[in-house]
Amino acid sequence: MKPKLSRFAIPYVVWMALFVVAPIVLVVVYAFSNDLGGFTLENFSKMGTYAVVFGRSFKLALIATFVCLLIGYPVSYLMSREGEKFQRAAMVLIMLPMWINFLLRTYSWMSILENNGLLNQIFQKTGFLNLYNGIFGTNLEYFPMMNTQGAVVLGMVYNYLPFMILPIYSVIVKLDGSLVEAARDLGADGVNVFRRVVLPLSLPGVLSGITMVFVPSVSTFAISKMLGGGTELLLGDLIEQQFLGGAYNPQLGAAISLVMMVIVVVCMVVMNRFGEGEEQAVIL
Amino acid sequence: MSKELIRLRDLCMAYDDELVLDHLNLYINDKEFLTLLGPSGCGKTTTLRIIGGFTTPLSGDVLFDGVRINDVPPYKRQINTVFQKYALFPHLNVFENVAFGLRMQRRPDPSDPKRKSRLPEEEIRQRVLEMLEAVSLKGFENRRTDALSGGQQQRVAIARALVNRPKVLLLDEPLGALDLKLRKDMQIELKRIQQQVGITFIYVTHDQEEALTMSDTIVVMDKGSIQQIGTPEDIYNEPKNAFVADFIGESNIIDGVMVQDKLVQMYGRQFPCLDGGFSENEPVDVVIRPEDIDIVPVEQGQLTGTVTNVTFKGMQYDIIVDFRGFKWLIQTTDHSPVGARIGIKIDPDGIHVMKKSRYSGLYGDYSSFSDEYDELDAAEVDGDET
Repeated sequence: MKPKLSRFAIPYVVWMALFVVAPIVLVVVYAFSNDLGGFTLENFSKMGTYAVVFGRSFKLALIATFVCLLIGYPVSYLMSREGEKFQRAAMVLIMLPMWINFLLRTYSWMSILENNGLLNQIFQKTGFLNLYNGIFGTNLEYFPMMNTQGAVVLGMVYNYLPFMILPIYSVIVKLDGSLVEAARDLGADGVNVFRRVVLPLSLPGVLSGITMVFVPSVSTFAISKMLGGGTELLLGDLIEQQFLGGAYNPQLGAAISLVMMVIVVVCMVVMNRFGEGEEQAVIL
Repeated sequence: MSKELIRLRDLCMAYDDELVLDHLNLYINDKEFLTLLGPSGCGKTTTLRIIGGFTTPLSGDVLFDGVRINDVPPYKRQINTVFQKYALFPHLNVFENVAFGLRMQRRPDPSDPKRKSRLPEEEIRQRVLEMLEAVSLKGFENRRTDALSGGQQQRVAIARALVNRPKVLLLDEPLGALDLKLRKDMQIELKRIQQQVGITFIYVTHDQEEALTMSDTIVVMDKGSIQQIGTPEDIYNEPKNAFVADFIGESNIIDGVMVQDKLVQMYGRQFPCLDGGFSENEPVDVVIRPEDIDIVPVEQGQLTGTVTNVTFKGMQYDIIVDFRGFKWLIQTTDHSPVGARIGIKIDPDGIHVMKKSRYSGLYGDYSSFSDEYDELDAAEVDGDET
């Protein structure tokens, strides 16, 4: 029995067609055409040149996702064990930075990490820099932190951490308390309760957290531009350049987008397989 | 049979300043089927959770085999629990659910007694399969638990607890979610399992019939206190106060005065009974079970009244009879039409005399008969409590 499309669903369907399906179709069409509009595979064959960028993007996004997981899981878990008031307050604190403009947030990181920025000034004033120079025999006037891969990862983690915490937290907080009691009743100590009950049952949240951090991380361009100083070219920057930058070549940009999309989708499908049987929590 | 296994001494418990256990004292014998029976909020579940180690009492002691176990965490107690909604692990199949406790177990290594080792996989497998067979779930090992019926989930929960060979099994309203027919089957099944494994079962329920069917001992609780402890027969035949009389089965509870030993006065008439030990002319509550009343022609009756309501119940008629404004429930196989004047006769052993208590006057009148039935239904629906 197929439910009939409700009249009220029509605006939604139109919206989806206009803003989701149409762009994807356009990307595919562009990716397979040359600047005269004819069919070509040239865009893909050119891509080998950019393998380094692909590699760097996926590496940094993976690191950022991993760090987010490392921070996000314990935070979510500990939060869910606190009282309701604490949970609400913590949730506000986690969400708060997201209410500030994304660029502004990233700019403030720039001024913190700069060569004569906040952190370096602290290191100088506290004598940590001298200590470091003394121990390692170096002669640094500051720690170079800007325009490094580390700064880019930091920016990703800082911006996307809430997307890791939220899904994990919402799964853990809904976990049936009697399951934990049952595990304790059956002889599981704290470690085993976590390992054998809480962790496997929170996997769906972990999977959607990973998705929600990894996908924007792999395609970001503002963060790498601002904190990486353009030296650490990422996929996002590369695509941006094809559309807005000097290397104007929208066909190539579309092809890169398409390949990236395919890789991401494949990764997610594989991950979902991995977490199969844990309920269908991950939305692609 | 009569060795004491668990003793609860002076247990007090309160949630948000509300006293849920009021100086509770109880001992539980080894290999006994003991039921904590009472309405929602009487403290029965709290008592069970304290024994299981999930709740720490405000004051008082829990002794297990003579040793105080207040501070022993649940996973170190030789006690396992069947939870109200089973609490089966949704990410594990039936086999792994049952095997969970065994996989947690460590015992001294035979080769090096200082080291603890896991149970061998072969032993786990054997014990799980044996247990599944005992609860008639052979062949279900690889099923997902959410693909099982309520009754099957119930049996997985029992198997998961019993496979650890605990000394005590706690059951928190385990049959509440099952339909009537299945519930009756499981009652008999549970009793059989208890006798087969020969361990103590502590069972919590608000269903008096369940309690009467399965228990060796029933503990009737209300408002955080024990009202009566006894065998099912004791509790039914010799209720200690109006609460117990009303909660267990149907009862007519009438104000009376104990004239002397073996003679009680109700409605200004004297009835011979079997009770004694009251002071002269002491006001008492008199319990008369609906099935202990004989309907006789008016002229032969000890009392006469008017039938106001008749309900056919299959095995008998439930009739409501008005005796000077106080309505009695009488269960009889003879039909009497509404409006008929009838006489009744009560044998001395059908009369049970109780001391007055704080429950006097609260129960036992059937003038609001339909209300009472509504309440019974409501009690069955909201069985869960914290």
